[in-house]
Amino acid sequence: MEIVTMTTRILKFNIYRYDPDVDRKPYMQDIEVEVDATDRKLLDALVKLKAKDDSIAFRRSCREGVCGSDGMNINGTNGLACLADLNTFPDGKTIVLRPLPGLPVIRDLIVDMTQFFKQYHSIKPYLINNDPLPERERLQSPEEREELNGLYECILCACCSTACPTFWWNPDKFVGPAGLLAAYRFIADTRDQATNERLDNLEDPYRLFRCHTIMNCVEVCPKGLNPTKAIGKIKDMMVRRII
Amino acid sequence: MVNRKLVGAHYGLLDWLIQRITGVVMAVFTVVVGFALSDGVGSSYERWHAFMSSTPMRFISFLCIISLCWHAWIGVRDTWMDYVQPAGIKLTLHVLTVLSVIGCGGWAVQILWKL
Repeated sequence: MEIVTMTTRILKFNIYRYDPDVDRKPYMQDIEVEVDATDRKLLDALVKLKAKDDSIAFRRSCREGVCGSDGMNINGTNGLACLADLNTFPDGKTIVLRPLPGLPVIRDLIVDMTQFFKQYHSIKPYLINNDPLPERERLQSPEEREELNGLYECILCACCSTACPTFWWNPDKFVGPAGLLAAYRFIADTRDQATNERLDNLEDPYRLFRCHTIMNCVEVCPKGLNPTKAIGKIKDMMVRRII
Repeated sequence: MVNRKLVGAHYGLLDWLIQRITGVVMAVFTVVVGFALSDGVGSSYERWHAFMSSTPMRFISFLCIISLCWHAWIGVRDTWMDYVQPAGIKLTLHVLTVLSVIGCGGWAVQILWKL
């Protein structure tokens, strides 16, 4: 019988810790964990870390980049722990984990996403169509459906919005890249009848036009989406509406 | 007063558009002056004076000054909107910016008219 030897390695972490019930202020904790060849993603290592020290708190659910729960700041860049390949971290180098920036910390790597979802809800993220319901479904041409690609895939992990300095400064007024991507998803949808209202809702110096096109959102999106392009298309539609 | 988050001032698009248009005007001015300089217009005061006093240059220079002022106002106001939160301080900064821009614009026009 062939004996399979598992290669193990030690990963060093420097993790943001804060438990408001216990700690007066946040601190960074150094901690090491042993991972083996079956541990492929950062989330695997975090799960092992949790087994070693169960006081460490982080969100996770699907572990395959669909639920968007485990968004965090990994070595200074926002991303999903379940999609971050452990092989991409240099051997021996400490992995620094912090909560998503710009949102209040509930505990350790868990942030309060209320503000993020408030902005998301403010764009009415649902189809508005006052026509009587069709017998089967509202049809679109393949070209019309094509326009929704790159928009509907957003998993609302908040990596983009919390990488955006404008969202840090004005989270209560600026919709943020995730919300604006979703806004364009419905503006672009030919089955939606509230295009004008949606554009009116965004025609404000804060809600849309705080975006300075620095494209942090594009750089960090774990799904490879492009909120900046969607924001540009909304601006384009607003211009076409007035000329 | 109840601290409600107020948004909905419908001038976002207009300002965004104006900033782009004024940017184009300033770019055109820069290209024109660049071409003139490469043609040796800056070789003597007389040539430079003649070039800048011509009617087309006065026209485009005036447009450029207006564009610069407008562009600067929107850009600087954007910065205050980004980083300054208290409404009173923000309004004061806005007023100071408007006054500075008007002052600089007037001064520039005065210089241009003296040509």
